[in-house]
Amino acid sequence: MLLVVALAGAQNAWAKEAAPAAEDPVLESRVMALAAELRCLVCQNQSLADSNAPLAVDLRNQVREKMRQGMSEAEIVEFMVARYGDFVLFRPPFKLATMLLWFGPLILLVAGIAALFYRLSRRRAPAEAELTEAERARAAELLRAADDPERR
Amino acid sequence: MRFAVILGIFLALVALLGVGLTLNPREVPSPLIGKPAPQFSLPQLQAPEKAFSPAEMSGKVWVLNVWASWCPPCLLEHPVITELAGMKVAPVIGLNYKDRPDDARAWLQRNGNPFHLSASDLTGTISIDYGVYGVPETYVIDKRGVIRYKRIGPLTPEILKTKVLPLVEELNRG
Repeated sequence: MLLVVALAGAQNAWAKEAAPAAEDPVLESRVMALAAELRCLVCQNQSLADSNAPLAVDLRNQVREKMRQGMSEAEIVEFMVARYGDFVLFRPPFKLATMLLWFGPLILLVAGIAALFYRLSRRRAPAEAELTEAERARAAELLRAADDPERR
Repeated sequence: MRFAVILGIFLALVALLGVGLTLNPREVPSPLIGKPAPQFSLPQLQAPEKAFSPAEMSGKVWVLNVWASWCPPCLLEHPVITELAGMKVAPVIGLNYKDRPDDARAWLQRNGNPFHLSASDLTGTISIDYGVYGVPETYVIDKRGVIRYKRIGPLTPEILKTKVLPLVEELNRG
């Protein structure tokens, strides 16, 4: 009985076709290269190349079709940005609006290091405490007393 | 004094992050606002021998609602869409996204059809032109065929009252 059920399950596994291999590997590599630069809007942390969302499949097909029609990478990117905005670019564009995004971490790092140096220099600045004569004598006596037991 | 500075920086950071929590990364702003609604010609869901094209709506303010029978939030917003259609301030045209026409027709039969008509985008290609990346999405388009507003996600009574209706009213006057 179990064998019948297992076989029935196996039947389903055999019935599913493997995805057809790309007819044109050069085109495919171009498609995937561009897809890696675009964002999947559904699974937003994945690129169009990585994502399996239906929209990602559709958009990859769009990229492939347009490449077949002879559109350049730049033209295809423009097509996507015109419809989905800058967010569809996996790498944020280098514009005035995104300056803070690009330089923010660097600015924070520099500010942090500057603050650290400032703190360290302030700690070194206080002058060494001046000892009075009496204190100097007492210190010498204490040190001598500390040395003696060790000489024994 | 130093304590005040540190506290100040901390509070500024808290404010920044607090604002961030209210933002929804799923709501990707549409670059199509203010641009003409892309043209297309698609078969009508209820009458596939006839076509629908946005050009037919020229001179009217109208609402385009992207929906599908397999989409649970579409069912959620259905009463709101029905309410909007019932007000008769703007025709509501459906864009049936990557659906089986039989399933879509059955869905309308089961739940009610608020749409003036629905166009079938079987492959989703036209929807890509509209920057659709999920369902449901709703567009308000003015008399000159320019997209003026896009709602990503289900239309809520709140959004209907505060964003959609005032805009439709304004566009109807203009």
